Amino acid sequence: MSAMAALFKREIQLSVRVGGGALMGVLFFLIVVTVFPFAVGPDLNLLARLGPAILWIGALLATLLGLDRLYQADQEDGSLDLLLLTDHPLEMVVLIKCTAQWVATGLPLVLAAPLLSLFLNLEPIGIAAVTATLLVGTPALTLIGSVGAALTVILRRGGLLLSILILPLTIPILIFGVSASIGAVTDPAPFTTPFYILCAISLLMLIIGPIASAAALRTAQE
Amino acid sequence: MTATAKKSFSIWDLANPTRFLSFADKLMPWLLGLSVITFAIGLYMTFFVAPDDYQQGATVKIMFIHVPSAWLAMGAYTMMAMSSIGTLVWKHPLADVSAKSAAPLGAVFTFLSLVTGSLWGKPMWGTWWVWDARLTSMLVLLIIYLGLISLWRTIDDPIKAGKASAILTLVGFVIIPIIKFSVDWWSTLHQPAGVITLDGSKVHSTILIPLLVMALAFTFMFIMMHMKIMKNEILRRRIRTMHMQAARRAASSQTGNKQ
Repeated sequence: MSAMAALFKREIQLSVRVGGGALMGVLFFLIVVTVFPFAVGPDLNLLARLGPAILWIGALLATLLGLDRLYQADQEDGSLDLLLLTDHPLEMVVLIKCTAQWVATGLPLVLAAPLLSLFLNLEPIGIAAVTATLLVGTPALTLIGSVGAALTVILRRGGLLLSILILPLTIPILIFGVSASIGAVTDPAPFTTPFYILCAISLLMLIIGPIASAAALRTAQE
Repeated sequence: MTATAKKSFSIWDLANPTRFLSFADKLMPWLLGLSVITFAIGLYMTFFVAPDDYQQGATVKIMFIHVPSAWLAMGAYTMMAMSSIGTLVWKHPLADVSAKSAAPLGAVFTFLSLVTGSLWGKPMWGTWWVWDARLTSMLVLLIIYLGLISLWRTIDDPIKAGKASAILTLVGFVIIPIIKFSVDWWSTLHQPAGVITLDGSKVHSTILIPLLVMALAFTFMFIMMHMKIMKNEILRRRIRTMHMQAARRAASSQTGNKQ
């Protein structure tokens, strides 16, 4: 298992040290949240109503845009071939890489969400709900995005195609994430139902993501 | 399936593209005839047998195009998913040809159902588009079809493209029901009640029979076009192989001259 620990450490170090790493995603998140009020106007009541949606769109885009190099860098320098040759199952390798990717890029987004919620005039309970849904939902985004990254690994400019392929599949995550966040604030709408469904989707992606990504990587390297 | 039945016909008999082509050629006139006949009957019944709706008037007849299109839009994806299993599990040589050929057809039928739905919605709901659960799910399905088609077009190598698309098709096949469910949930949250009243609770047989005939006609047309596109794809791949062989021959003869 130490090989997996070493891989995890390598991935974290690479993503933190190369190209701004975690900071870049958070910066993109900040910019999306900043741009929104310019488009819809500075009305604080409107922003409070749209807040969860804005934060979720920002997190969705920040997660997806950071994913196109997930396997491509390894493919270019040949380390992907070595990962394919190890006696550990490739699904496990994918899972470790996705975990490291999420810790390096997804977790900072979750941590930044409470601060950015203040700009959007969210109530404390709303802030807690958005942060909780992002904590549960962003792993699912990373895992489903990993499938797209693996499918487009051999393409030189796969970033745009990745988003086209993966964004429709993230619609359930977006719907339940935003519904739960809004449900926590407005009265008749429930919080727990969409939140539990979001958890269920994340668990499902935990299975689909590694299996499909590993299959795609094997196909690409044949 | 018994051994004798297997001997007489198996899907593996069609693994040989030449045999598939001759089989498709034999089947083609029958399919063409069947779809022409069923369309003739279906369209006659649509225009002269099916009554106008007491509320919607003649616009209700859009349904006879709209509903079969929507059925086939979903049927084409199921067909692609089955072909994808064929590609990944059994490595059937024609499975990825079948999946690739079904994708544009599925996209066209999804588009048709959206356009006819929109044309139907304008007189009924007073607007071209509402974010109704069904319309929204069909729009997402259209985007998924277009994404798959672009994945096929971006990867040069047909075998690799086939496998990559098969993986995505199967992932989509698992997630599309979740998308459908989530969009239904989302729509009930947002939809103000009473905008859309689906009063098609009891479908009378004068409507149902033309609808089923039209669905049959659409299905025959789908199978016919699917076979035709598969045939074209096989021929296109043969031309690609011939091009590559010709290029290799030219290259080797050139180097031979130099030496």
